[in-house]
Amino acid sequence: MRLEPREHSSIFLNLGAPVFAVLAGLAVCSIMVWLAGAPAGKALVLIFRGALGSKFAISETLTRTTPLIFCGLAAAVAFRAKLWNIGAEGQLYMGAVAATLVGTGLVDFPGYLLIPLVFAAGALAGGILLLGPALLKTKLKVDEVVTTLLLNFIVLLFVNWLVFGPWKDPMALGWPQARPILDAAILGKLIPRTRLHSGLLISLAIAVIVWAFMRFTRWGLETRAVGANVRAARFSGIPVNRTIVRTALISGGLAGMAGVCELTGVRDYLTLDLSPGFGYTGIVVAMLAGLHPLGVILASFFISVIYIGADSMTRQLGITRYIADVNTAVCLLTMLTTMLLTRYRIRLK
Amino acid sequence: MNNSDIVLRLKDITRSFGSLVANDRVSFDLRRGEILALLGENGAGKTTLMNIIFGHYVADQGEVEVFNRVLPPGSPKAAIAAGIGMVHQHFTLAGNLSVLENILIGTRSLISPQSGEKAARKKIMELSEKYGLQVDTAALVRDLSIGEKQRVEILKVLYRDARILILDEPTAVLTPHEIGNLFNTLRRFVSQGLAIIFISHKMNEIMEISDSVVVLRQGKVTSRVRTAGTTIHELAKAMVGSVITIREREPLKPGERVLEFRNLSLKKGLEDVSLSVRSHEILGIAGVSGNGQVELADVISGLLKPVRGVFLVHGKPVPAPSPIEMLSKGVGRIPEDRIQDGLIGDMSVWENLGLENYRDYSPFGLLRLKALRDNGRKLVKEFDVRCQSIFQPARLLSGGNIQKLILARVLSPHPGIILANQPCWGLDIAAAAFVGNRLLQARERGAGVILISEDLEEVMGLSDRIQVIFEGRLSDSMRPEEVTPEELGLLMTGHVNITANHNFDREFEYAS
Repeated sequence: MRLEPREHSSIFLNLGAPVFAVLAGLAVCSIMVWLAGAPAGKALVLIFRGALGSKFAISETLTRTTPLIFCGLAAAVAFRAKLWNIGAEGQLYMGAVAATLVGTGLVDFPGYLLIPLVFAAGALAGGILLLGPALLKTKLKVDEVVTTLLLNFIVLLFVNWLVFGPWKDPMALGWPQARPILDAAILGKLIPRTRLHSGLLISLAIAVIVWAFMRFTRWGLETRAVGANVRAARFSGIPVNRTIVRTALISGGLAGMAGVCELTGVRDYLTLDLSPGFGYTGIVVAMLAGLHPLGVILASFFISVIYIGADSMTRQLGITRYIADVNTAVCLLTMLTTMLLTRYRIRLK
Repeated sequence: MNNSDIVLRLKDITRSFGSLVANDRVSFDLRRGEILALLGENGAGKTTLMNIIFGHYVADQGEVEVFNRVLPPGSPKAAIAAGIGMVHQHFTLAGNLSVLENILIGTRSLISPQSGEKAARKKIMELSEKYGLQVDTAALVRDLSIGEKQRVEILKVLYRDARILILDEPTAVLTPHEIGNLFNTLRRFVSQGLAIIFISHKMNEIMEISDSVVVLRQGKVTSRVRTAGTTIHELAKAMVGSVITIREREPLKPGERVLEFRNLSLKKGLEDVSLSVRSHEILGIAGVSGNGQVELADVISGLLKPVRGVFLVHGKPVPAPSPIEMLSKGVGRIPEDRIQDGLIGDMSVWENLGLENYRDYSPFGLLRLKALRDNGRKLVKEFDVRCQSIFQPARLLSGGNIQKLILARVLSPHPGIILANQPCWGLDIAAAAFVGNRLLQARERGAGVILISEDLEEVMGLSDRIQVIFEGRLSDSMRPEEVTPEELGLLMTGHVNITANHNFDREFEYAS
């Protein structure tokens, strides 16, 4: 058995890869459920019912989809340029920190001004956080995987210091959390009495904008060229370093917006459990989407279905919650494998 | 001769890729002690055929017999074990490993307690002495010139006790002197009972070295003859089906100096180099690869900054060149490494064609996709780039078509200065003639062309003046009518010293 490069990878094949990855992920998930001693078929039904079976379930799934879209886009854009940004988690928190700084009383604007302002501040903070690793990469050839990953922990400790120290809300009965943001900065609800907020619409709009950016703009072309062959890009006069720095600002900015969205849409105040690893899950989302910005929407939704559904399923069947994490991990691995198979075919003998 | 002399037998090999039939019932035999030349244009199916023999591809039909045993298809390991050794046109060496390590890759057991390097080094030294293939086993491969890398490739194959050697265009990178050495080596191989398949487009070499010739055209064998019983003309006809004409180099009066080096030096690679190119002129830079051509080309491409001396474009000094600046000054650059520097394989044909001018098609940063694609369609037609559509990823093009794509991108804006670095390397006759004709056309139009090449025939045929590069120094310029290939060969190999040249003021008398 051996791998042989394909001359063509058809659209069918490229679309089939994520579908196959998803099915394989569910299959492995079922085996796990079965091993845990619960009926696998029923578990699958419960997953989908738990995620999509009621208005409330759908609202929860979509609430979770929103930050995943932002983080997925952050990874997709950066990975297109072969800038391996593993630091979306940290950028998300920096975005939330900036939004807290601006949104808790620094300025007193009406909502239509304040909301764009907190988003801009959050995006800027996230972008600036990735600027460091990007400059280290372009100037000193420091591996950005290491720097972005390690920055996550630095940022978390920084937030830790903020909410236990100078930003601790005196009204919070001693809980480590910052002061709540102003009402004017809070995103409106899409469905009353649920957590679903208008951040979802913002994330969808941003996904379309990112798609158009990659496809129709000069900077998008340069980003793709640098990622696909940096030597040829440099030879043909594309400013490689500038493109990497620009991509870093965009990618970090997108992740920063995820933090703003969670803060202004769901939590209202900065805490240390703002994100259950959205930044890392964003990497899976981006890979599952084949780095396509519009695919990120679908991939985020799917991952979100699995998480929310598995939550409810495991509660009802009394098995461990980690099934959802295993499922996403399996999806990532099968996706990586199937992506390889879209470019190579297996020949038996 | 009887059947036991046959070391390799191909029986009705057929392989198609989609609708393209790359090999169509190809059959021939290779005998002990024979050098068989495989001749054919790019895309004729030579590489596919060799990949089938070597087990990289599996044939749809037909089989390969080695020493009267059917080779299991699709297994390079079995091919190596059967005694087949392949020297690829594009080298398969790891640059960050030493020569020794490169030769040993894949030959050692993973769990062997001993490295076996000492014995290996001894064996390599014996081989290199026996066949006159000198290399430094401790050197890193990335520091070697193309010619040295080829020697490593051949040694790698010999080290694995190959009895059938497949050489894919082995002379493309060598000087006349080195080609002579290689041929002596090959003769030594066959006199000891090895058999060789020699892939080349160079007719005179095929006539000189081979015992028999197999010609492929569009996947089919069009001719299978003893070399002694054929002529160059017959072979050429079997290969291309018609006769190709190369444009005459018309005498033209050169105009303004468009590009100059004045006593230019780099940190490493170039030492006190001077040259000048004028419009309506082709300046040939001859030399064995690894003597400073890369550095020279990098300066003109805008990738390297000179540390001393002056670099002038259109009479104005360029102290810190960059690719974008060179482009804006009208310097068209054909890179030596087509695939690494010239092409973004995963992007489409039209995007690759627009790689140097997309800025002109993006007002306010928005790409005018339709205009870019129309431009792509126009260029594909004009430069005869064979592709299924302009939306196809560029990596799917064949070598000759990749070069046509690059030519289209570089030559279509009518640059006043053209750097052509090994533009015909690895191309077949038709594609090489296409490139040569395009360069001559540009010269007639008024461009000044710098042609860097190791192929003396090409340099002497196209250039108005020639300078030889050796160990980072350039000789004075000569007119091709004034020198013989042998004299150039002596300069190229350092047998005649090159002192720092100061000929940029030297004028030539041209017939007008």
